[in-house]
Amino acid sequence: MRRYSVFALAREGFRQHSGWDRAWSSPAPKSRYDVVVVGAGGHGLATAYYLGKNFGITNVAVIEKGWLGGGNTGRNTTIIRSNYLQDPSAAIYEKARSLYEDLSQDLNYNVMFSPRGVMMLAQTPHEVRGYKRTAEANALQGVETEFIGPERVKELCPIIHIEGPRYPVLGALWQPRGGTARHDAVAWGYARACTAMGMDIIEQCEVKGVHSANGHVTGVETTKGTIGCDKLAIVVAGHSSVLAQMAGFRLPIESMPLQALVSEPIKPCMDVVVMANTVHGYMSQSDKGEMVIGGGTDSYNAYTQRGSFHHIEETVRALIETFPIISRLKMLRQWGGIVDMTGDRSPILSKTPLGNCFVNCGWGTGGFKAIPGSGWAMAELVAKGEPGPLAAAFGLDRFREGRFIDESVAAGVAH
Amino acid sequence: MLTLTCPHCGVQADETELSAGGEAHLKRFGPGSSEEELEGYLFARENPKGPHFERWRHAYGCGKWFLAARDTATNQVFGTYPASEAQPADTLRDLVTASRPGWMWRDFGGEA
Repeated sequence: MRRYSVFALAREGFRQHSGWDRAWSSPAPKSRYDVVVVGAGGHGLATAYYLGKNFGITNVAVIEKGWLGGGNTGRNTTIIRSNYLQDPSAAIYEKARSLYEDLSQDLNYNVMFSPRGVMMLAQTPHEVRGYKRTAEANALQGVETEFIGPERVKELCPIIHIEGPRYPVLGALWQPRGGTARHDAVAWGYARACTAMGMDIIEQCEVKGVHSANGHVTGVETTKGTIGCDKLAIVVAGHSSVLAQMAGFRLPIESMPLQALVSEPIKPCMDVVVMANTVHGYMSQSDKGEMVIGGGTDSYNAYTQRGSFHHIEETVRALIETFPIISRLKMLRQWGGIVDMTGDRSPILSKTPLGNCFVNCGWGTGGFKAIPGSGWAMAELVAKGEPGPLAAAFGLDRFREGRFIDESVAAGVAH
Repeated sequence: MLTLTCPHCGVQADETELSAGGEAHLKRFGPGSSEEELEGYLFARENPKGPHFERWRHAYGCGKWFLAARDTATNQVFGTYPASEAQPADTLRDLVTASRPGWMWRDFGGEA
């Protein structure tokens, strides 16, 4: 595959851009692969990419029931941060954030990582204490964060109403190297890099069953026929329970819709990401000028990819209180993704009761930021059959052993 | 917006009037049970894409708990019944079977 570069751009400019290769191929499946990854979203593609890059395993297929990056990778609000309280979370999210820093160079694909800074507002005395604690924990973990006062919040983001009637801004947890990235480009970039290593990305190919013999996985039954494999990686976010049922085990996961919406584009007015967890809302401005808004999940299981209208109302109501400037903005689009929530709000990267079958799921409301680190850790788990240091704490056995990585307290609603 | 009929007071309540209580018909395992049983009770869930039985409370109404059968892929509601019922009635199961032949939920199921 030809590299993208300024010279390639110049060369194509002289011949009406007729010589660009397809970024990824979508071939018919072979009968057998060393590893089959189910789910061509960010996490699945990153898993395949680091299997090839770090472990030299390239006889890999990534199969996808819809289109590439069409699940939660294409539906999130693109926030990247790593200011978590617990050590295992900070380790894997910070690995991901640091990989994002030079992901464009690594993949030779511009993922538009924009480390514009993320602030999580503290709007109750309880949150002030919580975020100060997180800042101290982050200092020990080597994650660069800082607790800042309300004046600094106003300086970094002038459109915030500091002295709101219900929840005045008392400070914020500020991560200057957090930010956003172009979500589709992350999926496309990984897909292109996987194709360059000779992997097959097979879209429109839904898994209908999992084949096993003597307690080990032998392949998957799909809408494009049977595909044999030595190892199977299930990386399907909201549909993890459905795949787990095919593989014959249950997961500690409940799937719920999480919604996001964008406004009409306006002039640049906000160059940081702001999360307000007490009032359930977060917002950033895209490069096109749209205000990108997210809120809390629905309260009950569903696979509808729509979500309940009253949650949008609550999110928008909270954000208008914090950002009065947006009160007359028209909203352009709204959508939902299905997030896979675990009991402790931390992900699962684990072996399963079925031999050579591995799961990567449970990222809940905050998977996008973790894509490179998740793929890195999952590739190690799949290649070696045992978790490495990043994944070790995220095994399924933690629910039996009571070894939770409790981030529901650390981060409130928005992850 | 999701609307459920409270089987206790008969009110057709929309979801802002209700609070969701998760999977229904869980068997409680407490002290003395095995680790596997306790883990299953606390964490493992069916989380099906299809017919599901779940708990709801009519929080801003009569305040009572009830159970509902709902398809999680479409939000179609098959029916509701009081939380005191240990199993969904056969008539409700038949209703689910009529629109989702071959459904399975734990050991409840309809004939294909």
